[in-house]
Amino acid sequence: MLSLRDISKRYGTRTVLDRVSFDVGRGRLTGFVGGNGAGKTTTMRIILGVLAPDAGEVTIDGAPIGEAALHGFGYMPEERGLYPKMEIGEQLAYLARLHGIDRVGAVRRADALLDRLGLGARRRDKLEALSLGNQQRVQVAAALVHDPDVLILDEPFSGLDPLAVDEVVSVIAEHADRGVPVLFSSHQLDVVERLCDDLVIIADGRIRAAGEREALREQHAGSRWALEGSADAGWVREAPGATVVELAGPSVVFEADAAVADAVLRGALERGTVRSFRPVRPTLGEIFRDIVVDVDPGADADPERKDAA
Amino acid sequence: MSATTTASRPTADGRERIGFWQATGLVAQREITTQVRSRAFIVSTVITLVIVIGGIVLSSVLGGSASTEKVAVVGDVPAAIADTESFEVVAAADRAEAVRLVRDDEVAAAVLPGDGQTGVTVIALDEVPAGVVAALSVQPEVELLETPDASGPLRTIIPLAFGLVFMLAALGSGATIMQNTVQEKQSRVVEILLAAVPARALLAGKILGNSVIGVGNAALIAAAAAVGLAVTGQGALLDLLSAPMVWFVVFFVFGFVLVASVFAAGASLVSRQEDTGSVMTPAMMLVMLPYFGALFFADNAIVMTVLSFVPFSAPVAMPVRMFFGEALWWEPLLSLGLLVAATALVVLVASRIYANSLLRTGARVSLREALRGE
Repeated sequence: MLSLRDISKRYGTRTVLDRVSFDVGRGRLTGFVGGNGAGKTTTMRIILGVLAPDAGEVTIDGAPIGEAALHGFGYMPEERGLYPKMEIGEQLAYLARLHGIDRVGAVRRADALLDRLGLGARRRDKLEALSLGNQQRVQVAAALVHDPDVLILDEPFSGLDPLAVDEVVSVIAEHADRGVPVLFSSHQLDVVERLCDDLVIIADGRIRAAGEREALREQHAGSRWALEGSADAGWVREAPGATVVELAGPSVVFEADAAVADAVLRGALERGTVRSFRPVRPTLGEIFRDIVVDVDPGADADPERKDAA
Repeated sequence: MSATTTASRPTADGRERIGFWQATGLVAQREITTQVRSRAFIVSTVITLVIVIGGIVLSSVLGGSASTEKVAVVGDVPAAIADTESFEVVAAADRAEAVRLVRDDEVAAAVLPGDGQTGVTVIALDEVPAGVVAALSVQPEVELLETPDASGPLRTIIPLAFGLVFMLAALGSGATIMQNTVQEKQSRVVEILLAAVPARALLAGKILGNSVIGVGNAALIAAAAAVGLAVTGQGALLDLLSAPMVWFVVFFVFGFVLVASVFAAGASLVSRQEDTGSVMTPAMMLVMLPYFGALFFADNAIVMTVLSFVPFSAPVAMPVRMFFGEALWWEPLLSLGLLVAATALVVLVASRIYANSLLRTGARVSLREALRGE
């Protein structure tokens, strides 16, 4: 398990990370979500040892991460970059060798991975000769070529078409199935929602929520219900204890406690047939907006930003 | 979760912990192979070699073409003429025929039996044929009490040559190092590299790789020049250079690493090719200094002595002083020691600058920020 404990980082007077703590379990795909400038990239760089934190500790299975453990990390930085004028096969093999894989093994792995990502025939092409989508696939391959023990992926899906997203997802999921902790950030909340087992939400350098995806949704579910009947649902507005959120003909979304919801369902059955009735769980996007809006931006972030600027 | 089965993975799977020097070697190897394979590198190397060899051959053909002169001889050929290969003898029956050959410009001069000390008369058209006259003259023996001062053209040419070779090689490699470093920053590949190997291994590999290329290139040019001189029969010139040349090579290698470190550290301060100018200029000054110093002050013993101990100019000034026998035996050793110490110091400082500024993008990082690691 990869664990972060009380990681803080300041740039001058600006606090970028404030006592950040969370875990990335083995075999778990952990989504890392936050707005621009929330501290995702800084957190990832600190995990990778590329940046040093001002305080706090990153451990793997309880032990501090040393140089040897770092060699087993796979990293895809948000700002993409490889050598534009180097053949992609050679480039991947070079990166594998920097991670300590012998020459023969490095070439074999690079070729196998390129085959897997549908780029086998282009291994002698220079990176700059590839389309942007294919360059992105090579970038993913660069993070995986040494069979990493830990995967840190910053925005791995940006710039990929839906087909490529699926390919990359399946490769990443394979690594997770082998017991590799995977942490990935993304702006595409729908992809994160579909993919991740656990979720970490960061805003303004602080962790706002962390845990299993379903547990988080449950936690933020509130008491919202959706009902679709055969008759116009306008009468729900009059129902005692229920607050209508959305109304469109026979469909209604309302907030109520469980007893009131039961009463509304009975009322609907009296008025006709009921096609569906279910509790509404918030999407990741809604949770995210909830959490980020909850943060009062004036209170802790803005004055410091002005100082820094 | 399968924590127990996977906890022992790190060393399985053929992955080994790679050390600093191994990482340095890999980085250096990549620097070398990608550059040596690039078309620009091959073309420029071939052009340089052609110019060097061509220049030497051409200058010998144009400069020394009058190596044999035709000389008409009446009667017995004097030994002085027959013994050298400088003259081609054309037999003439009598004075009239010899005069005709001279007038028709078929021979440069004619030698006839005559009176006087030498026993011959030389006939030529409108100019005393110096070569023939010298061959036939009797010269007294000359004894010099002291070896002559090396002065005149050599005094200018040797510093010029040493300085030029060093400057061209250092500037060429320096520019390459700078370009590659900025390119790695600009293309952001550096972040992936830094996640795999420490910044100082990246820097060391870059310096090592480019020094190998730079020194190798200079050696290739020197070899080509030597071949050119040997082929055109000017091999004797090479003997002049031998001992100080060895020192020049030693100084060159260390001086080169010094310059390469300065360029790499400078390059890591900027993040775009367009911004390299601001850090390139001071770095270039450090390279030009020895060249112009040795050129302008070649005759000034005090300045040359000082320059030969300043690490940046020592690679040029010290071999020059040794070439003219002006340095005591311990002087190159001390100077080399200073150079090595300065190189180590610069590499140390450079790796600090490098590590602290590699991940900074956008505006140029100030030197103070980079050193403090803010």
